[in-house]
This record gives sequence, C-alpha cells and structure tokens, in this order.
Amino acid sequence: MLDIAANPYKADFPLLAARPDLAFLDSAATAQRPAAVLDAQRSFYETMNANPLRGLYELSVEATAAIAAVRAQVAALIGAPDARDVVFTRNTSESLNLVAKSFSPTVLGPGDEVAITIMEHHSNLIPWQQACRAAGARLVYLYPERDGTLTDEEIAAKVGPRTKIVSCAHVSNVMGCELPVRRLADAAHAVGAVMVVDAAQSVPHLSVNVEALGTDFLAFSGHKALGPMGVGVLWGRHELLDQMEPMLTGGEMIDSVREQDATWAPVPEKFEAGTQDAAGIYATGAGLTYLTETVGLAAVGEREAALVAYAMGRLGELGFVDVIGSADPSRHHGVVSFNVRGVHPHDVASILDASGVCIRAGHHCAQPLLAWLGVENLACCRASLAFYNDKSDVDRLVDGLTQVWGIFHGND
Amino acid sequence: MATTDLYNAEFMDHVSHPDYKYQMEDADCTHEGVNPSCGDELTFSVRFADDGTIDEAAFTGHGCAISQASADIMSDLMIGKTPEQARELCDLFMRMVRGEETDEAALEELEDGVLLRDIAHMPARVKCAELAWRTLDEMLAKGAEGGQAPSDPAEA
Repeated sequence: MLDIAANPYKADFPLLAARPDLAFLDSAATAQRPAAVLDAQRSFYETMNANPLRGLYELSVEATAAIAAVRAQVAALIGAPDARDVVFTRNTSESLNLVAKSFSPTVLGPGDEVAITIMEHHSNLIPWQQACRAAGARLVYLYPERDGTLTDEEIAAKVGPRTKIVSCAHVSNVMGCELPVRRLADAAHAVGAVMVVDAAQSVPHLSVNVEALGTDFLAFSGHKALGPMGVGVLWGRHELLDQMEPMLTGGEMIDSVREQDATWAPVPEKFEAGTQDAAGIYATGAGLTYLTETVGLAAVGEREAALVAYAMGRLGELGFVDVIGSADPSRHHGVVSFNVRGVHPHDVASILDASGVCIRAGHHCAQPLLAWLGVENLACCRASLAFYNDKSDVDRLVDGLTQVWGIFHGND
Repeated sequence: MATTDLYNAEFMDHVSHPDYKYQMEDADCTHEGVNPSCGDELTFSVRFADDGTIDEAAFTGHGCAISQASADIMSDLMIGKTPEQARELCDLFMRMVRGEETDEAALEELEDGVLLRDIAHMPARVKCAELAWRTLDEMLAKGAEGGQAPSDPAEA
C-alpha cells in the first residue's frame, strides 16, 4: 500500500514548501507549479528571449526551436501523429471557442444538432450555444445516471442523423468521473459527426491518447498540468484544421498580404495570430516533463487514487457530508465534490479557509449540471487532489468540516 | 482567526433563530434581491407607521449564513427609522464591509451589524453580506424616485 503520509514532491513546489500552513485542495482550478516550471520561464527570458518565427538571427532561431520542441512534446503526450496539428492558444476555453467558431460553420446548418453532456464546464457549453444560435442548429444534452454513467441507450437516443458535432469533457470537473469518449466518438463517427474532447481535467491525471479516444479535436490548458497560466492547446485532425478559417487574424499567421486580401499560413501558424506567450509555452514543456518524467503518470495515478480513496473514506465516516456522483473512489479522478448538510458551500469554504484549507465552493462553471443534479443553492464544495497532496491535507479538510458542523449544529 | 470569529455564537443565533424571517401579511413595500453567482435569494418587506417610519420589517428566502444573518440583523436595526435614516445606515454598512469605514464610533450606529465587520477581509463574501442592505436600499430609492410617500400601497 502506497504511503500517502510521506510526501516526496512538496519540496519541489516553492509555494507549498513556503506555506506549510496551507492544505491546497483546488488543483482542478489550477495546479501549483514546481520550481522546474518557474526556472524555465525565467531561463527563457535570460537565455533565448527573442520573438519566435520573426528573426533571422540566432537568438530568434533558438526561441523558435524551443517552441517547436514543446509542440512535439505535446504531440507525443497526447499521441498525435503530427506535431503540426498542435495549436497553441491561451487556454481550454479559447481552444474550444476556436472549434466552435471556426469549425462549426463548415458543417453546421439549420436543423442540425450538436450533442454535449449535462456535465460540461461552461467552456464546453456556451461556445456550442453560440455556434448553434449562429447556424440555426439545436443543442442537445446527454444526461448520465446519478453516478455519472452515460448509458448506450442515452447515447443512441441523442446521437443521430442530425448530429454534426459531439463534444464532451474527458473527466467531469464536478463529478470527477471519466466520460466514455471512445463510445461517444464511435457513435459520432457512425453518423458522420465530428468528436471534440475537453481534456482540461484529464491531462493532469490520466494518460490521454487521441487515437485511442478516437477523437477529432482535443483541448486542454497548460496551467492545470503544472505549467504557467496563459497557455492552452488545441489538437485537431489535419484535414479538419486545414479547412477552418482562422478565428484571429494579424501578425505571423499569413503567407502573403495584399491591399485587399491575404492568404493564410499553413496549420498551425494560421491559428496563432500575434506574438505567442513563448516563455509560457517553453515553461509548459518543463511542466509536462516534470509531470510525465520526473513523477510519471503511473505514479500520479497511483498516488491520486490512494488519496481520493482515503478522502472519500474519511468523508463517509463524518455522517453529515454527501458526496456528489459515484460512491466508488476509483471513478473520481482527483475530484471529490460534496455538500455539508444544511450548510451553504460558501460558508463551508470560508470556515475552512480560516484553517488554511483551500477548496472551491460555488457552481464550478457548471450551472446546468448543478441545476440538473438538484443541488441546493446551485452550489457545492469541491476538494480536488493532486499527487503533491498528502494524507495531512485530507486530515485537515476533515478536521475543518467537523468544525463547520460544530459551528452550525453545536447548539442543537 | 477572523473567519471563525465571524461565525460566533451571537452571529449563529441570527442564522439559527432569526426573529424577522417570516412572510409579512400587510406589507407596504416588497422587493427582491438575488446574488446569481451564489444562489442567494431574498425578499424583503416593510410596513410603515403613520409618521413614515418603518414599523415592521421582515424577510423570506434562502442563502448562505452570512446573507441570512445580515438580513435578520438589518431588519432589527431598521424598526423605527425613517427611509432617509435607513438608507444612510445601508450606506454605512456597505462602506464597513468594503473596508472603507473602520471608525468604531461611527460603526456603533449599526448595532449588531458590526458582527459582520470582518467581511471587510473576505472580499468574496461582500456581496453575501450586502444583499439585504442593497435590496432595502433599492426599494427605498425606488420609492424616493417615484415621488411617492413610502407608505404608498402602490409600491407593494
């Protein structure tokens, strides 16, 4: 049995090492960064700072090569056959907007349907509302069982001849469950539709492979996977990216410009108008290296599974905490959402904060999901764990929740 | 620490045993306030005495402990106040929770309202604390703009 009381990782994270008073349980919102990422960011500006792509001098060539290397690293991470199909954006939201705004018009018309699940983050929901509105198409929702399971019947009922796009989260940011991407992709392809995956919550925790998932597009953010804030990724099948118009136009995304028109650069530059956050991309690479090589995804998975199992066990013992989604810890990938009976999640979070326990409370950018779940106040608490957490973080959460219960029910 | 001090016995008494949380039968004015991001919903009602002062104040709704305690505390404070005095107290309370007014003597006017002074260090909770006061202030401002006597039943 893995020793979750020991923590060989915390020392690598300057913020966590400097703040032993904190139990950081909000990694699903953003991860903490190891020193390797902060060092890489600084090293970019100290040793290779120049605008990539533009310059004909050595420094700029080095910066360009550094970005290309991270592009190749990302491609290898997600099993993409060709690094040219990896587009750098600012975040998952921008990546999904790019698909919804630039790809949708190539396939979506009046009466067509886009199918998503009720478990989507607003980032994978509002762009489709907008795309459907623009095209006169209909947004259709797949509803899971209470434990997050999507049945074959539900998929068959919602993915049909009118469906042009199916999009879903790989892992739900509220329920923590993995969605059956492969089954959805097969259903989509059977009716000639395209599959889109929001992998923001899976890339930091699971091995993600676009071929195994059978997806046509995949989006994620660097900052949830130990990188700096401000770098996102969109991968797409080359022939689909190739037929898309750019969402943003301007510098560095053209082949040639004349007074009245312009021709676009090839993929991926076509989608990367303006100066990219080159240092951020370089540091994102360092974050992925730390995640996949220094720690390793197998170790990440094993440790997070042990932490989640311990957390759910202890929450279950309290008797006043209701966990949202599956009761099976193996179906929660780092995320455990819950409510303390009769106590508003914002009060829970404020009281926990007083003892240095950082959780998220609110609608988690998933209002339609919380409405469907029928959660009181359309809000819940969420503790999200990463491999750099340990047993003491969970114990402090449990102690804090006991204090919350005492404050609200101590005088009953 | 500040946060657990806030959730003290006196504060929690307003949450668990509110004196002013009920449906008022013969309200002169009723106004709804919501915090969409929190799911807090509050309906505040007042009845005026013949001299124009607030004779009865009550609220219904649901939300976090801070929004609920704040509404109970405010209701108690407003009894006997003119609309002008009530709006001045709303302004003072909102300045307190935003950390703009810290003078002890000035804040005494808020009576139990000072139980919420630590909200000034909890920016994410300011809108919870303010909900009742903002709702009352909007209701009274509407009455003033309309040029109606506050006791005009047309406002109800």
